[in-house]
This record gives sequence, structure tokens and C-alpha cells, in this order.
Amino acid sequence: MTAILEVKDLQVAFGGVKAVDGLTFSAHEREIIAVIGPNGAGKTSAFNCITGFYKPTSGSVLINGVDTTGKRPADIAAAGVSRTFQNLRLFPDLTVLDNVRAGMHLYGGQNWADAIFHTPRFRRSEAMYTEQAHHWLDFVGFQGARGVPVRNLSYGQQKRVEIARALARKAVLLLLDEPAAGLNYSEKQQLLELCRRIRDLGTAIVLIEHDMGLVMELSERIVVMNFGREIAAGAPAEVKANPAVIEAYLGKDDEAVATNGDA
Amino acid sequence: MSENVDTTQAPRKIGPPISRVSRLLESKQLGWVALAGALLAPFVTATPYALNVMTTAAIFVMLASGLNIVVGYCGLLDLGYVAFMAVGAYTAGILSKSFQLPLIFTIPAVLVLTVLAGLIIGGPTLRLRSDYLAIVTLGFGEITRITANNLTVTGGPSGIFGIPGLLKIGSVDVEDPAVLYYVTVLVVAVFVLASARLGKSRLGRAWRFVREDEDAAEAMGIHTYKVKLLAYIFGAIWGGLGGVLFAAHLSAVSPQSFIFLQSALVLMAVVLGGMGNMRGVVIGALVISLVPELLRDLGAHRYLFFGLLLVVVMVFRPQGLWPSRGYEPERPAGGTGDGEPGGGQSR
Repeated sequence: MTAILEVKDLQVAFGGVKAVDGLTFSAHEREIIAVIGPNGAGKTSAFNCITGFYKPTSGSVLINGVDTTGKRPADIAAAGVSRTFQNLRLFPDLTVLDNVRAGMHLYGGQNWADAIFHTPRFRRSEAMYTEQAHHWLDFVGFQGARGVPVRNLSYGQQKRVEIARALARKAVLLLLDEPAAGLNYSEKQQLLELCRRIRDLGTAIVLIEHDMGLVMELSERIVVMNFGREIAAGAPAEVKANPAVIEAYLGKDDEAVATNGDA
Repeated sequence: MSENVDTTQAPRKIGPPISRVSRLLESKQLGWVALAGALLAPFVTATPYALNVMTTAAIFVMLASGLNIVVGYCGLLDLGYVAFMAVGAYTAGILSKSFQLPLIFTIPAVLVLTVLAGLIIGGPTLRLRSDYLAIVTLGFGEITRITANNLTVTGGPSGIFGIPGLLKIGSVDVEDPAVLYYVTVLVVAVFVLASARLGKSRLGRAWRFVREDEDAAEAMGIHTYKVKLLAYIFGAIWGGLGGVLFAAHLSAVSPQSFIFLQSALVLMAVVLGGMGNMRGVVIGALVISLVPELLRDLGAHRYLFFGLLLVVVMVFRPQGLWPSRGYEPERPAGGTGDGEPGGGQSR
């Protein structure tokens, strides 16, 4: 089985700062991978490389076996990648439905001439857009008005809309950048359950998250980053016990410095 | 769940239109009412002066509806829009005069050249964002005018005179002011409708996504550069055909018609009317083209009053006279309901 996502020795440098320094990991179908690490570890930079917003200095990214390294974000999205952003990046003045429709841009089935002449194909396509938008909003459990601008929604609702938009892309790989940030306990439980339902659609999920409880419960494998480098990878239990991880999160104590000088 | 509504933004009316007036304003039949109004206007007054003003206003609506695609839908600030009108007017004028053809036969050439102009101006400039784009388009607008001013084929500063009419069929001559007015209104109505329909399509939404957040649009697979170039090309076509109507109306084209002020006025029509809402833009274009004529009695002071009026409007309605509502109908009760099991769980 080929991996949906394969990241090989990925490096990004901004001037002299190596934000990502040799990251290697892969994700397979129906797999949930978590990328964790302290702030500034290069998690979001790695995401931005995979999705084309940053050009990697070296290394490669393969989506379904196709090399997408350094391509435009739109081309990478077309190759089957969808994402959410760390800080919400919705289209604030557009309606909830329109925001979700954005995810369906690549399979619209209409062109500008259809739009001008309102051909039957245009009507079918618009009906499909609306129906699918409702479907994905239902899928993420969005409740509330859907014909109003998203800026009028609460933060939690906006997070759901962003996930619905990313799902509407129908991508094979979904990247979630801190999906649980700012959510309360019950909302986190719903997110957990939602991620599992997304996985059951056959999608691979890679998520960045700081909430350890969520990460340990949800993910099959965890990649731990610090200072741009991968310091550990494996099943939640393994990672939890790894001294390098404990050190990255809690700092070295005197004993650790003596026995484990270079992590 | 907490209500984290963003209150830093100007409050907007949301929800379905409630009052009878706003229901009427949002109704689909309003376009027909406006068209009927335009067609009946000559029965109220049909002096040569009135027909001249009304035809000019209709052409101005055409330009504003084109610029609305670029600025209103796609959010690309274009300060040199009149360049496309110049390309259209000069192409039509030169071809029809040198071959003694009615203007209508020059339209294929006009389309080709305006699209080309859109590609030439848009190609390099659309990699820029916001302010930089505005300055570069301003430059291109001036370059176009100065080029026309200096070439011999465009007739230099005096321009081209004696352009043949749009078309002549038997005894009906489209050069006749009343006939030309009706032809102009019908053409403009078709293009206003087309522009409005484009705005409510996949492409139109892609334009809005680019306007709202380019990176997020790109992440959803929208090739933002192509989409922006398409906005430019459509804007160029509208502008070019507006130029053909302009040439037909004046039967003369000269560089003075394509000064920066003209670009600024078209932009003002879009901003004043309400960016992105076709109905508002039509109103804005009518205000910008008709109010100075209505103020003619004030003589030399009329532009002072016009300017004051615009300032007052922008102070009290910064979003424009008639902005788009940002509202669409909710799903009818008992809709599709085909969500996954557990998809509609309650909180």
C-alpha cells in the first residue's frame, strides 16, 4: 500500500533559521497522525511546506506517490490535500454555505458560459453545490443559521465551518492545524468523534495539536518535533515514555543532562 | 456556547429582508422594472440633449458593471480601467473608418484586442497585491492614453472623426439618437445581467474567495492567478464594448476622453453604489453620470456640490448606497437530511 503522504527529509530555512530541519514521516489511508512539539518547533512550517505555502529548501513531499514538492498550493490541493488553518481563515463576509462551497471549487461542473446563459447544467451544478454544502455542515454537526455571513458566528461554529469547508474538498489527506484550540471539554469530545468519522470516510488525517489528552486518545502514531527536528515517532504509549519527548516538554533536569547530553 | 461575535466590524443587516420595501428591492423582477423605466424614459423627454445624457449614462452603466467584476467581485483595485474602453473605442473607430464598415462588424476584432490588452496589463500586474496593483494599473491607464495621443494611426491629439454608425438596416439607421439610445440600453441590459449572473456562479464565488482571503482560496484549490486574470479579461471585454458604444455615440474618439478622471469616476460609481452588488452599481453609475447634469443650473459650482454630495454619502453610507446583503435563503424545513449517522447530533 503506498502512503497517501510521504514527507522525506524536509527542510525549510528562513535566512539562517532552520524552521524545519530534516523531517521524515508518512501517513496512510484511514490513519490519524499527530504532530506535536513545543511552540516554535516548526510544526506549522512543515504544514505550510506540505501544502505549498512555503517552498522547501530541500527534501520532498509525495501525495499518493506524486511528487508535489514546491508546487502551487492550488495544484497541491488538486492533488488531494485539504487543510484548516491555525487561526481561522474563513471568508468572513460570505455566507456559511458559500464558505463550504469554496471547498467544492474543483468539481463544480459548470463554466462561465453556463453561468451567463443559466444552462440546465448550471442549475444542476448549483443545486449540487447547495446540497453538498448542507451535507458537509450536517456531517460536522453544525447547527445554526447557514445563510448568514460567517463573521456573525461564534468561534466554535466557525471552527466547524472551516472543517466542513476542508471536507468538501473531498481530499485524500486532511491537515488540521490545532483543531481543538479554544474549544471546551464537550466540544473536544465531539471533535474526537468527528475525526474518527472523517477517518472512516477513508481520509488520512494529520493534525497538529497541543491537547495531549486528545492526541493520545485519537492518534495511531505521533511525530514529535523540537527545533525543526523530529525527536521521536511512534505509538502514543511509546512516545509518552520517550525521554527525549519528556525533556522537550519538561526541560532537562540535572540527572538527564549528565546521562543524555545531546538529544 | 459563548457568543464570540466580532464586533470590531461594521454591523450589517442580516437575515431575510423583512420590510415590504426591501423585499421589493431584492425581488427578481426589479431588473425588468428598471429596463422598462429605461425604455420609457424617452417618452418623458426626448430632446437631443436628454437623449445624449441618457445614452452617456447607459454607457457609463456598462463600464461600471465591467469594473464591478474587477473591483467589486474580485477586489482588485484598478485605477486605469478606462484603458480598456480606449482600446475598444480606438479599435472600432480605426477599423470602421478605414474600411468604411458599420461599427458592429468591428466587434470580433475589438474582443480579440481587449482580451489581449487584459492579458498584457493583467499578466504582469496581477502578481502584485492591493496598493501596488492600483499604482501599476494607474500607470497603464496613462500609458494607453499617451500612446493614443502620440501615434498617427490613432489620429494623435485630435483623435478620429466621422466614424460610421453602429449599423444601418434599410431605413432604420442606428445613428439616429433615439434608435441608438434603445440599442445601447438593450446591449447594456444584457451585459449588466451577464455580469450579475457571473457574480452568482462558481467563477463569481471564486472571485469573492480571492477578495476575502487569497491564501485560503488557494488552499481550496482555486488557482488565484488564473481567477484574477479571468476577472481582468471579463472587465476588459465589458470596457472594450463600452468603448464601441462610446465611439458609436460620439462618432469620434479622442485621447481627452480617456483621462484618469474617467477611470476615477467609474470606480466612484462602483464604490458609491456598493461594491459587488450589481443593482447598487447600476444606481451608482446613474448617480455619477446624471447628477452633474441635473446640477447644471448651478453653473460653475456644480462640481463643488457634486463633490460635497459624494462626501456626505460616503460619510453616512461607507459601504455604498446598496451593498450586497450577504444573506441567502436557509434550507427549507425537512431538507435533505442525508447527513451521516450522528452528523446532526445536538450539543
